[in-house]
Amino acid sequence: MSIFEYNGSALAAMVGKNCFAIASDRRLGVNLQTVATDFQRIFKIHDKLYIGLSGLATDAQTMYQRLVFRHKLYQLREERDMKPQTFASLVSALLYEKRFGPYFCQPVIAGLGDDDVPFICTMDCLGAKELAKDFVVSGTASESLYGACESMYKPNMESEELFETISQALLSSVDRDCLSGWGGHVLLVLLVFTLSHILCQFQGHQPKCRKEP
Amino acid sequence: MGDSQYSFSLTTFSPTGKLVQIEHALTAVGSGQTSLGIKAANGVVIATEKKLPSILVDETSVQKIQLMTTNIGVVYSGMGPDSRVLVRKSRKQAQQYFRLYKEPIPVTQLVRETAAVMQEFTQSGGVRPFGVSLLVAGYDDNGPQLYQVDPSGSYFSWKASAMGKNVSNAKTFLEKRYTDDMELDDAVHTAILTLKEGFQGQISGKNIEIGIVGADRKFRVLTPAEIDDYLAEVE
Repeated sequence: MSIFEYNGSALAAMVGKNCFAIASDRRLGVNLQTVATDFQRIFKIHDKLYIGLSGLATDAQTMYQRLVFRHKLYQLREERDMKPQTFASLVSALLYEKRFGPYFCQPVIAGLGDDDVPFICTMDCLGAKELAKDFVVSGTASESLYGACESMYKPNMESEELFETISQALLSSVDRDCLSGWGGHVLLVLLVFTLSHILCQFQGHQPKCRKEP
Repeated sequence: MGDSQYSFSLTTFSPTGKLVQIEHALTAVGSGQTSLGIKAANGVVIATEKKLPSILVDETSVQKIQLMTTNIGVVYSGMGPDSRVLVRKSRKQAQQYFRLYKEPIPVTQLVRETAAVMQEFTQSGGVRPFGVSLLVAGYDDNGPQLYQVDPSGSYFSWKASAMGKNVSNAKTFLEKRYTDDMELDDAVHTAILTLKEGFQGQISGKNIEIGIVGADRKFRVLTPAEIDDYLAEVE
């Protein structure tokens, strides 16, 4: 089993109309054994910027800590938040620094840029950026996610519809992957506020939601 | 009195709490050729005298105003070679910033890093402070900005400032002439008039240098022909 499949993960981000959604599964495994069902893979950098990290969980956590460190220093020096494009360049540079002994994680970055235009991108473990206008996926369930997102995605969806779409895409993809699942964590970011939903996996594929405060 | 006994070492404070070497560095700046900068509503202009030691010097080869990035330029008063070292280091820092963030460096950040370099040279062994004060002019997302950086490493943001010989007259002149809603062209005229105040000899496009950056965010040094045009307007 490859190092990227050690913990199992599924991540997706989608662009809607003046909003974006980023979703992840909640399973943490050690090979085939499930060890936690509430694992957090999506982290907030600032109000309008989120990063999800798939792959090896320890590397995901370390990357997150390093990025928060860099961003806090940036905020203090420049007295402003980082733009998502700038942040993506920073993540890419940090990953490439470890070119010959990399972090085994694949980030998914989603944020609202200048004029609140949604921005999403993903990159491989060495920092090769992949910008997209519609959706990006990452993790052990990525092949299913590509298929599900491709068929379910429509451009310019409103926030409600975007939430439904990304939830269904995530839940149906993780069903086809034994290493990810146990529900989903969806964050929907609009101009005004962020909605965070925890999806409970249900036999009948009807996502039952618990709203986070 | 006791100060002079402490002027041998840069890294030793005098009893009056001064680093005498930095004071001497400021004196070196004060005897350099006059330079000034004016921040207008839609851009910044920096200018300097370009007095050459002899008429045999090829004035087209001398450039005192230099670019740090495409939208940030700098002029100095004091020792030319010292300013070249600083410009080189600042250019590298600006490019490193761009390589990391893929975003052009904000003017305040570049000024801060340049000032940090100058401060390093006031606290290390075996080095001397830079004998230049820099006027950094740039246009970024926060609009037009003008900063002065001293040999000690302190930096200040100015609406208009002057350095070098004749600094007090120049500053008084600028204080009288400066208005907050000046346009870039007015600022260039004011800069020329200020230089003219203390100029010995006939002012022309060949013995002053002017650099401007406007809302297009492209810093450029005016050609002698353009300067002559402005001079004609001023007459």
